[in-house]
Amino acid sequence: MLLFILKRLAQVVPVIFGVTLVVFLIMQMVPGDPAIIMAGEGASTETVEQLREDLGLNEPLHVQYFSYIGNILQGSLGNSLKNNQPVLDEILIRLPITMELAFFSILITIVLGLTAGIISAVKPYSVSDISVMVVALLGISLPSFWLGLLLMYTFSIKLQWLPVAGWDSFAHIILPAITLGAGGAAIVARMTRSSMLEVIGQDYVRTARAKGLKEHTIIYKHALRNALIPVITVVGLQFGSLLGGTVIVESVFAINGLGRMIVDAIRTRDIPMVQGGVLVASLVFVFVNLLVDVMYKVFNKRIDLN
Amino acid sequence: MNTLLSSKKPILKVSNLKQYFIVKREALFQPKQVVKAVDGISFDLYPGETLSIVGESGCGKSTTGRSILHLDEPTEGEILYKDVSLTEMSKKELRNIRGDIQVIFQDPFASLNPRRTIRQMLDEAMAIQKVLPPKQREARMLELMQNVGLRPEYLERYPHEFSGGQRQRIGIARALAVNPKVIICDEAVSALDVSIQAQILNLLKRLQNDFDLTFLFISHDLSIVKHISDRVMVMYLGKIVEISDKASLFKNPLHPYTKALLSAIPVIDQTIKRERILLKGDVPSPLNPPTGCRFHTRCPFATDLCRDEEPLLRELESGHLVACHFAEKLSAI
Amino acid sequence: MKEDILLEVKNLKTHFITSKGTAKAVDGLDFVLKKGETLGIVGESGCGKSITSLSILRLIPSPPGKIVDGQILLHGKDLVEMSDQEIRKIRGNQISMIFQEPMTSLNPVIPVGEQIAEALRLHQKLSRKQAWEKAVEMIRLVGIPAPEKRAKQEPYQLSGGMRQRVMIAMALACTPEVLIADEPTTALDVTIQAQILELMKDLQRKIGMGIIFITHDLGVVAEMCDKVAVMYAGQIVEYQTTANLFKTPLHPYTQGLIGSLPKLYEDQEELQIIEGTVPSPYDYPTGCRFADRCPFVQDLCRNQQPEIIHVEDSQQVRCWKYTDQWKEELVKEEVIL
Repeated sequence: MLLFILKRLAQVVPVIFGVTLVVFLIMQMVPGDPAIIMAGEGASTETVEQLREDLGLNEPLHVQYFSYIGNILQGSLGNSLKNNQPVLDEILIRLPITMELAFFSILITIVLGLTAGIISAVKPYSVSDISVMVVALLGISLPSFWLGLLLMYTFSIKLQWLPVAGWDSFAHIILPAITLGAGGAAIVARMTRSSMLEVIGQDYVRTARAKGLKEHTIIYKHALRNALIPVITVVGLQFGSLLGGTVIVESVFAINGLGRMIVDAIRTRDIPMVQGGVLVASLVFVFVNLLVDVMYKVFNKRIDLN
Repeated sequence: MNTLLSSKKPILKVSNLKQYFIVKREALFQPKQVVKAVDGISFDLYPGETLSIVGESGCGKSTTGRSILHLDEPTEGEILYKDVSLTEMSKKELRNIRGDIQVIFQDPFASLNPRRTIRQMLDEAMAIQKVLPPKQREARMLELMQNVGLRPEYLERYPHEFSGGQRQRIGIARALAVNPKVIICDEAVSALDVSIQAQILNLLKRLQNDFDLTFLFISHDLSIVKHISDRVMVMYLGKIVEISDKASLFKNPLHPYTKALLSAIPVIDQTIKRERILLKGDVPSPLNPPTGCRFHTRCPFATDLCRDEEPLLRELESGHLVACHFAEKLSAI
Repeated sequence: MKEDILLEVKNLKTHFITSKGTAKAVDGLDFVLKKGETLGIVGESGCGKSITSLSILRLIPSPPGKIVDGQILLHGKDLVEMSDQEIRKIRGNQISMIFQEPMTSLNPVIPVGEQIAEALRLHQKLSRKQAWEKAVEMIRLVGIPAPEKRAKQEPYQLSGGMRQRVMIAMALACTPEVLIADEPTTALDVTIQAQILELMKDLQRKIGMGIIFITHDLGVVAEMCDKVAVMYAGQIVEYQTTANLFKTPLHPYTQGLIGSLPKLYEDQEELQIIEGTVPSPYDYPTGCRFADRCPFVQDLCRNQQPEIIHVEDSQQVRCWKYTDQWKEELVKEEVIL
């Protein structure tokens, strides 16, 4: 197991390098000169030129890239072009908010998804199964910005049960977390259902029945543990798209998280901010994936032994 | 039989064949583990005979077949086909030889492309080995179908439309299509019901006569082996423990493992008096085979000598070889 | 000896209703299992022998399967009529099962000791600790060394033979009266098979359960069973004592089956074969289901289905050859000729 974790950690290094390179190059290709944006409209050519010199924008690309990597290795993500504050400080304020949102969203994905999937699988093709699967299909097809607005309209504006936007209390978390977790829940529900149905057809479930066990013992003790193995992978993948989804959901609900920070930074061509944000987001994603792989191994010892 | 065999030249000569597989490490500082699936076996296959390899799972019988087919590159040793070494051949030469050595697997369905009709499959086999110009293939296909007892109109059908026995016939037809000299039958009838199994066994025997084929017949079922073989080779944990002509092996098995194997087979005639040797325990893991004689952990007659020293395969009677320190003593029992 | 009867199956019919039609997998079965007796049910794939075994414990996946007719009487009580709750009390308690594939029949993520113990807690109301101790005891009983250690292991850590021993331990934990063994040694090597068969005989002597032994292997039948039912196309075609069956097989199918077996202690140049294939369970012929493959077939066989008849005291066969009509039929034919 230790060997496995070390191997996977070693794989993280090239991935992170790849991410920095891609983000760096994309930001170079985006139209708009950061120096001009920073200097403000109507600034003189000299000011812009001076700024460009200060920011090192006149250096050749590879020099810029390597100095950027060098800074990262020293623990610095550079300063924001907008207010000259360290990017890292800003990220450290924003990241916990996004992580909190992501945590509750993934919780909804797992709890809602598993429950729905099990309900479906226990009585396949029954009314409950079909209704759950129709809802799941909706959950997959509805875009999150639309679902977010819909929820906001119903629960905040019409019913006035929950706050419209912001990030102050637990009540603020509910709608965005549902919005963000719904798509994943739908996918997990479908995956759980098919995985459970497959497991219920296995010989060892028949053995459990032949022992005289009650149906719920069979489902929760014998079937579910085995059915979870493929679901873990799906949940891990969902976490990735969930991180991507924060960009939209944070904008819809006006939450000052990492996603919204990146969007704002892109709009103002705040290159260090974008690079830093994306880098941190990818780090989070990579480590969550590592965690999922480890869990997969723990749940499924026999796979590599055979 | 033996005088006859020794006067012939072997069509296939296997010398000191070793086939090792490396197992993935699980812990960081664990040494690399090697499965010695086949560990230094030598035997000859003579033209026109059926030599069976028999043994339980993990004994290396199927691995031996795969090595001869060159599906796995042997770790060590030499395989001579008509005096030419298969291990030293180039890819291209090997491809040409592949037509001469064909294989029939246990599950023909897994080795038949589900999207191709039987006609396409046979045609392709002939095209790859360039056995016949396209114009003459049609007649040959009809002949093949007749040979294996399938109706000619089945040529247009897909594999899923056939029963297990019919699929095995298709597998045989495909092997025959390229005019092979040697056919390796790897558990070819194991998955079939007895009545169908009998049909296929009779078919194989007839084809061997008609086309002068040499069979290497890999099976775990001694009754079938007894029915089809001229000679039998018994394997245990990657080694040959006994090799002999059929009559001698079944009348007078010399190795305690062969005796145990024979006595373990349930027979329908319960009036036959048999001394049953019930082996204790399981086959040890090939990852960590026992020292000395590999059978000593389960052998009821094992001594310290068996634990320490590996017995060599030696000829005890004419054409009857055995690897046991006490074969002479035991055969007297 | 009515009181010795453990299990009596009467006119059992298990059908599968699918979009392709109705598959009559088991189509009118009668047999009796007595105390301490081993009854073999033998036949080739698709004959309905496994469906029979699953039907007894009502383990047929439904839909599409359904017991459409018949009775399964355990001490005179009909299992078919029981509620789900009642049948659950029978399963693993009075009647248990072992299956063909020890690899897939044990739950891969639960320690084997727990898989045995849970049945004990359920049926014998033992505490966790007591059940575990009994489970370890069962593992010892089936001849696995170091039972305390093995009980904590998961199935992948055990060899195939050991897994089947665990299955047997699990099935026998609650000392059942009936053990249904569905091809218990088919997936095992012969030397391991010999061990398992020996073990089953030994445990039967100790516990005294009746065994229904389902297999395709006539050799195993000869070794294990007191009586045999030969199944073909969902029906029993022959039913008699094992010794008699191999001495004087009555039904042409049984004769063909024995003839097509390669023999270890006989020399045969060519094996006897049964021509053709089994009819589809969706569409059986009107007459005898073996008629198309039978070397003795007459018009009578094709037109009308034979009933099970008693030839001698303990010999039953489903074949026109042993009836008076057959003689008349032959006379008719000679007249025509």
